[in-house]
Amino acid sequence: MGLQVRLQKKVNGFALDIEWQIGNELAVLFGFSGAGKSMTLQLIAGLMKADKGQVRLDDIVYFDSSAGIDLPPQERPFGYVFQDLALFPHMTILQNILYGAPNHSTNEKLDRAQEMIHAFKLTGLEDRYPYEISGGQKQRVAFARALIRRPKALLLDEPFSALDHPLRLEMRRFLRALRESFNIPALLVTHDFEEAVAISDKIIVYRHGNIAQIDSPERIKRSPANRYVSQLISSDEGVPVERSS
Amino acid sequence: MENSVLFSVRLSLQVASLATVLIVLTGMPLAYLLARKAFRGKELLDVLCTLPLVLPPTVTGYYLIVLFGRNGLIGRLIYEWTGWSIMFTWYAAVLASFIVALPLMIKTTRAAIESVDRNLINASYTLGHSEFDTALKVILPLAKRGIVAGTALSFARAMGEFGATLMLAGNLPGRTDTMPIAIYSLAGSGEWSQAHFMVLLMTTMSGIFLYIANRFTKRII
Repeated sequence: MGLQVRLQKKVNGFALDIEWQIGNELAVLFGFSGAGKSMTLQLIAGLMKADKGQVRLDDIVYFDSSAGIDLPPQERPFGYVFQDLALFPHMTILQNILYGAPNHSTNEKLDRAQEMIHAFKLTGLEDRYPYEISGGQKQRVAFARALIRRPKALLLDEPFSALDHPLRLEMRRFLRALRESFNIPALLVTHDFEEAVAISDKIIVYRHGNIAQIDSPERIKRSPANRYVSQLISSDEGVPVERSS
Repeated sequence: MENSVLFSVRLSLQVASLATVLIVLTGMPLAYLLARKAFRGKELLDVLCTLPLVLPPTVTGYYLIVLFGRNGLIGRLIYEWTGWSIMFTWYAAVLASFIVALPLMIKTTRAAIESVDRNLINASYTLGHSEFDTALKVILPLAKRGIVAGTALSFARAMGEFGATLMLAGNLPGRTDTMPIAIYSLAGSGEWSQAHFMVLLMTTMSGIFLYIANRFTKRII
């Protein structure tokens, strides 16, 4: 059970070659920018096609190069939250959330949207446009939109990177509570080790498109697998960029 | 006002309107293909769609005669089946305007579609929406300003089409003399007052459409 991923992809001189699995937990993909974390999410969601490998969630295979299986993103049950949130600027908050449930009747959609608006504390903002609400509210709309179709796993591509520190702390708590209430695997990409430790059950450390270590936050802190990981976790916060080598 | 002047004004509007409808219907899918798809021959298609923008209208008109003339590649088939030829009808003026103004629609719309944030399109796919649905509900609304600008530019260009129209539709008073062609005839025969009127009308109308196009291109989302 859970999300099992084995992927290889070469693109413009960069080679991704990773294999990991996560259970019903909050896992973090951690590493420098350019290590292949966001690419992994896109491959899992079917927004990009891997050269080789398999993506499997709870016994259902969504991608398998050797079996010729490659479901389009529309048919993969992942809730995706993008780094810039990707809220549709021409739709109101309600329309944005409703857009996440295309295959349901109008009544059911509206019921679910009301549920989401209530659960994500967006009441009163239904008719506003994304540019009219705050950063934290936008985050919650993006989560509500991704969750209204009841995905079987969450893929989160640095959704908190644009927030200031206090709001970030609040959103971390929000995310932990959210994952527990929806009870699905969640995968969060971050290059902020403090965030990774604060939020996750498991950290998957990326290095140049490979896996450097997979472990619980405490164990990675206590015993980094190698010098690279120990340097990585002690590096200052910011946006470090992986040197191509 | 002279009946012939009114006829030309009405014919020009009729030709440009029909040409613009056809331009929007074919230009949008072509612009979408060029903006979003990778396929063999894409560059060739782009060049073919853009050529009428730079070719002398007489050359475009020449090609259209070769294709649609009574003995042309397509024109002959149409004539054999129906006994009808597009040559020297007002439909020929529509065809000429369509071909000459289409590149403006494609270029403007393509740029607008390309400027739509990729993440928004990806978000739509991950939310379960098909490519067609996404084009309709996300890409087109966000590229709307460019599409409106392209439509206005195309209409203005279609109204002003002269060279290819003259070759294909001829200069038949009361049948194919659109405003530009009527102005040519009036100036040739020294009937200045009517020519003045139509020149001013053309200038004003073209100016208005350019203004609309500019207003909409300034703020392509």
